[in-house]
Amino acid sequence: MKKQILGAVSGLAIVASSAAFAEPQAEVLHYWTSGGEAKSVAVLQEEFAANGGTWTDMPVAGGGGDAAGTALRARVLAGNAPTAAQIKGPAIQEWYQEGVLADISAVAEANNWAEVLPASIAGHMQCDGTWCAAPVNVHRVDWIWANAEVLSANGIEMPTTWDEFNAAAGKLQAAGIIPLAHGGQSWQDATVFEAVALGILGADGFQKAFVELDTETLTSDEMKAVFDQMRIMRGFVDSNFSGRDWNLATAMVMNGEAAFQIMGDWAKGEFMAAGQVPGEDFLCASTPGEGFLYNVDSFAMFAIDGEEKQQGQALLAELVVGQNFQKVFNLNKGSIPARTDVSLDAFDNCAILSAKDMAASSEGGSLLPSYAHGMALRGAQSGAITDVVTAHFNSDMSSDDAVQMLANAIANSL
Amino acid sequence: MTKWLEENTPKLVLAPSFVAVLIFVYGFIAWTAWVSLTRSRLLPKYEIDGFIQYDRLFASPRWDTAFGNLFVFGFLFIVIAMVLGLILAILLDQNIRTEGAIRTIYLYPMALSMIVTGTAWKWILNPGLGLEATVRGWGFETFTFDWLVNPDMAIYTIVIAAIWQSSGFVMALFLAGLRSVDQEIIKAAQVDGIPTWRVYTAIIIPSMAPIFLSAFIVLSHLAIKSFDLVIALTGGGPGYATDLPATYMYAMAFSRGDIGQAASSAMIMMMVVFAIIVPYLYSELRSKDD
Repeated sequence: MKKQILGAVSGLAIVASSAAFAEPQAEVLHYWTSGGEAKSVAVLQEEFAANGGTWTDMPVAGGGGDAAGTALRARVLAGNAPTAAQIKGPAIQEWYQEGVLADISAVAEANNWAEVLPASIAGHMQCDGTWCAAPVNVHRVDWIWANAEVLSANGIEMPTTWDEFNAAAGKLQAAGIIPLAHGGQSWQDATVFEAVALGILGADGFQKAFVELDTETLTSDEMKAVFDQMRIMRGFVDSNFSGRDWNLATAMVMNGEAAFQIMGDWAKGEFMAAGQVPGEDFLCASTPGEGFLYNVDSFAMFAIDGEEKQQGQALLAELVVGQNFQKVFNLNKGSIPARTDVSLDAFDNCAILSAKDMAASSEGGSLLPSYAHGMALRGAQSGAITDVVTAHFNSDMSSDDAVQMLANAIANSL
Repeated sequence: MTKWLEENTPKLVLAPSFVAVLIFVYGFIAWTAWVSLTRSRLLPKYEIDGFIQYDRLFASPRWDTAFGNLFVFGFLFIVIAMVLGLILAILLDQNIRTEGAIRTIYLYPMALSMIVTGTAWKWILNPGLGLEATVRGWGFETFTFDWLVNPDMAIYTIVIAAIWQSSGFVMALFLAGLRSVDQEIIKAAQVDGIPTWRVYTAIIIPSMAPIFLSAFIVLSHLAIKSFDLVIALTGGGPGYATDLPATYMYAMAFSRGDIGQAASSAMIMMMVVFAIIVPYLYSELRSKDD
């Protein structure tokens, strides 16, 4: 009897103390460590603190998130998962299958996420029908950037078909300008490849090839045409492109050494940082063809113990998708808000175009995940495709061999 | 008591490191072997599923490239570094006055990390920045040296940088070996009027056999575990033309969430090391028994 009372009293004491100190806590693992990104994430920290929470920052730099992924794995295996971690695409569902993600449906439903997010992006945030992640932004991948002065000096319009692009590039080459600024790193090869693939295969073909991994589409004549176009593009790149970083390629467009670059909208940040004005100094357009390839950063929410941490998780999820954060963060980062009801007054023309296209393609069913940036497939599968793309681009492999290799690689990727 | 301590102190002192090695080396080798037989993806799983990861590995063209590169790189690197090291050592051994300074200069690349070496050579070999641009700037407009960006030749740039880094170290090893050869024999040979080159080929070099073996073992394990040099110099590119097994393993484990595949490639790497080390250990142990 005495023991029971004692137990009850101590239990009460714990409840009382936790109520007294119930402060939402969140430990967030992310890899936004470069200048603009760090500034963006600081916005979230401030907002979190303003709502009475304690934020424990766990930035892990390096390797485009590889290092952060390793740190996350170690933490989860040790049974000490962070509140939230920056994970994107199908990796969210992979983590869910390991049974370590939390259910944040309560927050999502209270804040009406299903209404404000485009359906295909909302799909990435759900695991077996429950919400398990919160989207931060939408990067568009299928952009083509151009130096306005170089184009007008050579009498060239922004291309709307790949044939136009080839014609324009040939003209530029004759004028002694590098037509396409490109860095020979496998992910950049893959970025160009998927933009070409979207243009030639169309939205349905892209979906079949790079989301459903349909063998027939992967070995079709259209896919051969994609590789043919890649071979043509190889001729538009300068001979010194191997291993060049993407931002150096962007700089080549900026200073007029090269005319075009095909790259996601993080390239816009480089132009803006150099004080260039969209529409005047540099031009942005979607790559030839219909559709919109997105690369969405998100926070996956991990199952954690302790009321304070769970409160922190809910608060974090609410703030991340909140209007204010979506606006401020994306203004800093160069992407666009994931939710469609944020006012775009403060955004630049390229971002407004991006948001408009996203809404239109969401309705038209051509809002598609970027395979090159890990949104469409598991790492092993997208990696297998990228291996083929980069091997083809950096050798004289024929398109027939390339599609055959592609089919084999997919079959071998488990 | 003191007698007991006397007898057992070495064992007691060695015990912790023995246990640590047992767990952290052999334990984890066993763990990797286990994982390589599973379908592990993002996180390790432990249900054994046969040799599927090895089937995938040997079906992968990228692994073929990486494994082939290991032999191209390993062979050229070991042979050239040893020959160059030996020549440098012999030249330094001619009682020249500034030997100390020259030895230090040749040994210094060893003090740099592979990342620094790789980055420096990346700039030197970059056709738009380095050697090619410089020579063209001198007026030789047709001079081409684009190995770094040529998928067929890029692996040789890794060989060049690795040799630059390591041949000084090999030289130091050989120099120590040259000095340890019994001077009486050499003097006897000189008295007999045997030419210097014969002294080297018939007396000094054969008596340095153990040094050759040590140099070979050190260089071959450097070659097999080469990773940072590739990352800094080419990043595995162009395409994946300069991938080595270590970079393949890293890509699978850390970028692609394909742990089973990474584990199987690590096991193959280990087998290559064993194929070199085991005969060495065997010969060492046997010669002790004699």
